[in-house]
Amino acid sequence: MTFQYGVFLFFAALVVYGAAGVIVVRNPVHAALHLVLAFFASAGLWMLLEAEFLAIILVLVYVGAVMVLFLFVVMMLDINISETREGFVSYLPVGFLVGLVLLLQIRMVVGSGFFDLEQYLSPVLRPADYSNTDELGSLLYTVYVYPFEIAAVILLVAIVAAISLTMRHRPESRKQTPGSQVKVKATDRLKVVKMDALTSVDKKKKGDSA
Amino acid sequence: MNMSDFSLIIPEIFMLVMACIVLMIDAFLREDQRDVSYLLSLAALIGTAILTWMNPSDGRVVGFNGTFVTDTMADVLKFTIYLLTAAIFVYSRQYLRARALFKGEFYVLGLFAVLGMMILVSAHSMLTVYLGLELMSLSLYAMVAFNRNSALSSEAAMKYFVLGGFASGVLLYGMSIVYGVSGTLDLERLAGYLSIQQSFNAPLLLGMVFIVVALAFKLGAVPFHMWVPDIYHGSPSAVTALIGTSAKLAVFGFFMRLLIEGMGAMQYSWQDILIILSVLSLAIGNIVAISQLNIKRMLAYSAISHAGFILLGLAAASPEGYSAAMFYTVTYAITGVAAFGIIILLSRKGFEADSIDDYKGLNVRNSWYAFMMLLVMFSMAGVPPMVGFYAKLLVLKAVIDQGMYWLAIVAVLLSVIGAFYYLRVIKVMYFDEAEDRSEIVANSGMHVVLSSNALLVLLLGLFPGTLISLCLAAIS
Repeated sequence: MTFQYGVFLFFAALVVYGAAGVIVVRNPVHAALHLVLAFFASAGLWMLLEAEFLAIILVLVYVGAVMVLFLFVVMMLDINISETREGFVSYLPVGFLVGLVLLLQIRMVVGSGFFDLEQYLSPVLRPADYSNTDELGSLLYTVYVYPFEIAAVILLVAIVAAISLTMRHRPESRKQTPGSQVKVKATDRLKVVKMDALTSVDKKKKGDSA
Repeated sequence: MNMSDFSLIIPEIFMLVMACIVLMIDAFLREDQRDVSYLLSLAALIGTAILTWMNPSDGRVVGFNGTFVTDTMADVLKFTIYLLTAAIFVYSRQYLRARALFKGEFYVLGLFAVLGMMILVSAHSMLTVYLGLELMSLSLYAMVAFNRNSALSSEAAMKYFVLGGFASGVLLYGMSIVYGVSGTLDLERLAGYLSIQQSFNAPLLLGMVFIVVALAFKLGAVPFHMWVPDIYHGSPSAVTALIGTSAKLAVFGFFMRLLIEGMGAMQYSWQDILIILSVLSLAIGNIVAISQLNIKRMLAYSAISHAGFILLGLAAASPEGYSAAMFYTVTYAITGVAAFGIIILLSRKGFEADSIDDYKGLNVRNSWYAFMMLLVMFSMAGVPPMVGFYAKLLVLKAVIDQGMYWLAIVAVLLSVIGAFYYLRVIKVMYFDEAEDRSEIVANSGMHVVLSSNALLVLLLGLFPGTLISLCLAAIS
């Protein structure tokens, strides 16, 4: 057993533990944290495959951005998941059956010899200055330029869809317009009125007393 | 990749640029200038149609390292998609305005959906197939949810999104297995790999089944049809028209590229699955449609039965069968757009003409539009000389040529059952007393486009030759 194999077993066990934890634990925050663990362990597995860039991106994007956002949402919304899950046990036989069939199918696929180690040679060892990111970048902008651009369009559509579905103008909401706030002059807000120190009423009073 | 590849995707580039222009300009428009976005979107569709028309594919050209392909089939499907979407845009203008949905985003998302369809029918790699499908579906999910104040619409969008996401997951799972075994994403190389196999091992078969499940889901074939009635009913009619017609054309392209071109060598493995799907779709679609009182739900079940006919043509697994299925899809889409056009026309502010009772006495209210609906319903039922008759005839002929007589008999029997609910609409229009006598208002653009659309159903039925030969040329 080589050292790499030991590392693989360690990370693989962590992935399985994390993934199982996501669906087993009761507290949604703990479930999200288990998912983070699964992502970290998968990043470790990718590192073993010499895909450093993908491993780092997985941690940066999924752990750093997606899961943190997810945790915020879970913490802010006070949802009692265990209440909404009540009565789920009645689905257990059906779920168990579907899961079993799926497991058998996966066994059929993975155990068929097509995905054995003999079919997949271990990646060529590269020198330390070899840049995975360079290679990916040049592939993305040459061979895969068409799919890459489509992926960009899909992200644009996601932005347009999200904004058009959530933005609404409420008449009662107050908003600031920074432009006009900056342009405002003192004279617009404050009016200096010149007047005598004594008002006409005071003058009248004075006259009466005189 | 070389620079000349970019000349292949000029229509796609034009569509993308126009969609972005509409998106930008719309942000600066006042509420009463919204027509500019509408006109620009029409210009985008017509411009792309002209570009595709001017540069017809010379044979089959593959570009961008095997991720893109253009051929006659792609041209015909794309051209139909542009024109039908343009017609839907024309129909929906009044409808959207009456519901305060007349916004630039509707047209932007519509154009992006069309771009996704174009990418899907020109895909030559599992990667582009998936990306095109997602681009189309994402835009459509958002469009279904466009009427945010309607609970029905939000529910439909949620169902569509969750089920569509699930189907995409199944598709990806199948693709990853097939990729893992064959080692290629390129559909031509996949076909090459499959053609030299003596027999297909379990992983390949499992991957193929997953892909067929996802395809059947997107086409709305039984038993993956549960989403169809709810989404047809819940979405704004303009969006239903887009999902029910243009998207169907793209899904046909999806079938042809992935299953026929990519995995054609596995024909004897998927043929039986398609036959089962098709018979079930014909049976459930036609029988359940009888009990529908809502015309949009009725058209949804009718779409399921038409999906059965399209699958029947594909299950024949011969060039004639494929071209018959293509003819069926194109003509069904044209007919469907006209049917939704009438539904949109009869709807007005605060009123959806989606109950069959709303069509009572339409002949008295407006005999011209009643006649248009008559043409459409006859075509869907397959009554000659409407084009629906030739579509059914070609599919049945292809099936009989393959010696599958019982299948043809079942299909004919079930479409006779189906004729009932189409004829009921006609009976209601011509022989029932009108309850609602409000005037039907159509602007001149809508009147012209809707009339020519419905007359096209008749015209293609009288002279089907050109389209048939085009479909034959597209497949060979």
